[in-house]
Amino acid sequence: MAQINSYTITIEVNGQSVTKMVEPRISLVDFIREELRLTGTHVGCEHGICGACSILLNGDPVRSCCMFAIQANGMRITTVEGLAPERGQLSKIQDAFCEKHALQCGFCTPGMLIACQALINKIPQPNETQIRAAIGGNLCRCTGYQQIVDAVLFATKISSPNPEQ
Amino acid sequence: MSQSDTPNEKQQFTYIGKHRRAVEHRRFVVGAGNFAGDIQLPGMCHVAIVASPYPSAQIIKIDAQAALALPGVVTVLTGEELCQQIEPILPGVDAPSVQRFPLAYPIIRYSGEWVVAVVAQSRAIAEDAAELIQVQYAELPFVIDPEKALQTGTHLVHQIAKTNLIFDRQFVWGPVDQDLANCAHTINYRVRWARSSTVPIETFAVVCDWQDATQILDVWASIQMPKFPDQLAKALRLPNNSVRVHFDIDVGGSYGVKRGLKHTILVAYLAKKLHRPIRFIEDRLENMRGGDMQGPDRIFEVTMGFENDGEIRSMKMHAIDDIGAYAGRTPLQLGKPVGAICGPYRIQSVAYHAQAVLTNKTPQEAVRGFGQAPTNYAIETGIDLVARFLKMSRIDLRKRNLIANNEFPYLIPSGTHYDSGDYAAVLDKALKSASIEDLHQQRDDLRKSGELAGIGISTCLEPSGGNSAFEPLFNPKNETTTWMESCLVRIDLGGTITAIMGTSSSGQAHETLVSTVIAEILLQDPETIRVIHSDSLNALPSNSPVGSRMAIMLGGAAAGAAKKLKQQLLAIAAYQLQKNPNDLVYSANRIYDHTNQNNQISWSTLVEIAHRKFHLLPANMEPGLQEKFVWEVPTGGQLPSTDGKVQMYPCHSFESHVVLLSIDPKTGKVKIHRYVCGHDCGVMISPDVVHGMTYGGIAHGLGAALMEKFAFSPEGQFLSGTFMDYLLPSATEVPGITIVDHCTPSPLTEFGQKGSGEAGYLGSPAAIASAINDALATIQASINYLPMTPNAIWNAIQDKNSTKISN
Repeated sequence: MAQINSYTITIEVNGQSVTKMVEPRISLVDFIREELRLTGTHVGCEHGICGACSILLNGDPVRSCCMFAIQANGMRITTVEGLAPERGQLSKIQDAFCEKHALQCGFCTPGMLIACQALINKIPQPNETQIRAAIGGNLCRCTGYQQIVDAVLFATKISSPNPEQ
Repeated sequence: MSQSDTPNEKQQFTYIGKHRRAVEHRRFVVGAGNFAGDIQLPGMCHVAIVASPYPSAQIIKIDAQAALALPGVVTVLTGEELCQQIEPILPGVDAPSVQRFPLAYPIIRYSGEWVVAVVAQSRAIAEDAAELIQVQYAELPFVIDPEKALQTGTHLVHQIAKTNLIFDRQFVWGPVDQDLANCAHTINYRVRWARSSTVPIETFAVVCDWQDATQILDVWASIQMPKFPDQLAKALRLPNNSVRVHFDIDVGGSYGVKRGLKHTILVAYLAKKLHRPIRFIEDRLENMRGGDMQGPDRIFEVTMGFENDGEIRSMKMHAIDDIGAYAGRTPLQLGKPVGAICGPYRIQSVAYHAQAVLTNKTPQEAVRGFGQAPTNYAIETGIDLVARFLKMSRIDLRKRNLIANNEFPYLIPSGTHYDSGDYAAVLDKALKSASIEDLHQQRDDLRKSGELAGIGISTCLEPSGGNSAFEPLFNPKNETTTWMESCLVRIDLGGTITAIMGTSSSGQAHETLVSTVIAEILLQDPETIRVIHSDSLNALPSNSPVGSRMAIMLGGAAAGAAKKLKQQLLAIAAYQLQKNPNDLVYSANRIYDHTNQNNQISWSTLVEIAHRKFHLLPANMEPGLQEKFVWEVPTGGQLPSTDGKVQMYPCHSFESHVVLLSIDPKTGKVKIHRYVCGHDCGVMISPDVVHGMTYGGIAHGLGAALMEKFAFSPEGQFLSGTFMDYLLPSATEVPGITIVDHCTPSPLTEFGQKGSGEAGYLGSPAAIASAINDALATIQASINYLPMTPNAIWNAIQDKNSTKISN
């Protein structure tokens, strides 16, 4: 087997610029977890269905298992570790997940939070149909999704009540 | 949405039954969970597996030369070596010749069975190397269909066992033949529960490390399994106290299946042999194919006998469970339903024929409910068929047969007492919440608009407080009657409280449970109470969170330990205040004399005396404040009678489901319009947790009813190894669900709580199937197997009256 070359990539990770050597075949999620040691992002299926590995790539939710780290060169990513405004604080959606018991085992939660954050960034006050569509690509085996929907409604209602609900 | 209007639920509790943020959530929402796959140790190596492409074969030769030559490869392990160095995993029933090893040798018994393990410096190199390994196989005959596996002359999955029937017992509880003969009517029917499972989003992950100097094997694994460290030690031929399982690992969902014994034995063996930390994380295909976590796969033949007025008098049930190629505890999944074999109904006599059959398929593992959900589906199907036969409403028929609230404790024919309940009230609440008259109107409107629409009803039991009474029932050589749980509670010198539990959690919020319970007893702020998961060398005995048992058992153990501490504090106060403890009142921050409130002593003073002032302690009192409580499961401690009667689980929660759905007749696609679940699990310690599990259980049941199936080709090839073939319900398939709470306290537990970890799942498949068949009845069609996929429904519509059973 031929020697595999490594290449230098630079990615902005949760607001910090990171430069590392990577093999071209390492997936973005393995890079995040094993190289950056940001283990909040999880691996569930490695074929793009379960959504546990969701991150924001230049602001959009993507499956980090379905792209190579090298493809993210020059881009900006946000993982679950980057959602809170400051150390020791929770974002609104993180807080709402705690308040509404929107998680149990916590394994799908980081990806689910990313999907919800991406939704709220685009639609500040989503209705239930929009929420279900937005998390439809993230599988959860614990909650039956009900309390996740409740949490998003709660998070987006605090500042101004949602007129559609 | 959940509704609660039970008056006695809002009883005297300070912390129990209140909304409280789960303690565990904070670490998960910031990405700081501690899952097994997150463990990274210096020098750690990784494992990849070579799996058999054949369902039945003999290994002729394994050539690993090219793999070993690859830079970064550390070793290649075959079954030939491993099988000689370890003890086999044995079945839970008396069939010692049916042995399982982590790597097969020399016989392959299912497609996907592990053959070779490759260890390398990275997972990628290990996978590269696995592809270079050449295995030469000689194909053998195989058997895939469980009924064919029972026929004489068929291929034997384990030749040495001389049969594929690993367990076979006929129970008769009462004069069944006589009752059936005397009934006005009998019906016979067949239903099939498909092979599905809980399929957690986290696959199984394990890291092992062995140190020669300490002779300790450290294990970090995503496990939910009773007696896991003991079984691991036995297989590895180690003393039990050489195995240290770290129970502070967060488990990313389990719902029964995260047993991982074979995975951990393999990785532990490698860690010990190589003296290096080894990590193995199943990829999704390994998890689905060779992870040995598929669930019950059951054919039921049932006879029900009943009268013209709807009274169901007797039932005969034959269950054949296709357990796959090997057996751990899985045949016992036919045993647990013995404790609720007649459902919530007053059926006077029951015969039950339980058969566990080996086939050349992936082995089963324990799944949420431990076999009860399939049995509930079989019973509920019969209730609907009787109603249809008598042209009676399904609701009226159920009410005619439900055990009444004044009949508890109720002894069922198989020897189990149901502790308490008010089944009709829970059904009525669900019907009321669903506005059943409006629901009928909606159904009829949908039908007029050209849809096939149906209402489904189910009323099902959730046995809880899991003990292991099915072990001696199904294996007389196993006399296990102890099924305890423990907790240790400590008040430190600073007055803060730490509780220690001896098992891992997989989403059940045990830290929240334990801290709430201790807060309730000691009247301290639950947010200040820390709960830790010890490792197995520090742990008190635990039987892990199986069988919906932790609210009852861990909650009871935590309460027991806290009460001992409270007694100790009262004794110190009594000594200081020169009073009898019975004259003293315990409150949040002090203990005082009820005849003179100024005669008091503060909490902090009491704590300081206990820790530092031996001269102020009553004679013979141990210093410090630390108590353990080990609690045997209530009603446990008894062996079954020789005629197969047994007290199975102690507590019995109850759920009623009402669902309205429609079917697009052109595609067979199902849309759920309304879903209501009435639920009674006694006193809820953490209502948010109970509701969460119930929502999740309903969604899981929806998957089992409509979507999920591990499929095998007639040639024994596994066909559903990805999430594009094995379909899990998403937020767009699972509807909004309304839960209506009811509270009938259990007389057997500390606070009146019952278990609820399997809630929802035990009744939703039956209710959804009931609704589909109500819809199909309008065109004289029906389906008697799960999952009722769009394709299955479409076929039923085309055939009008499908009686086919899919494989």
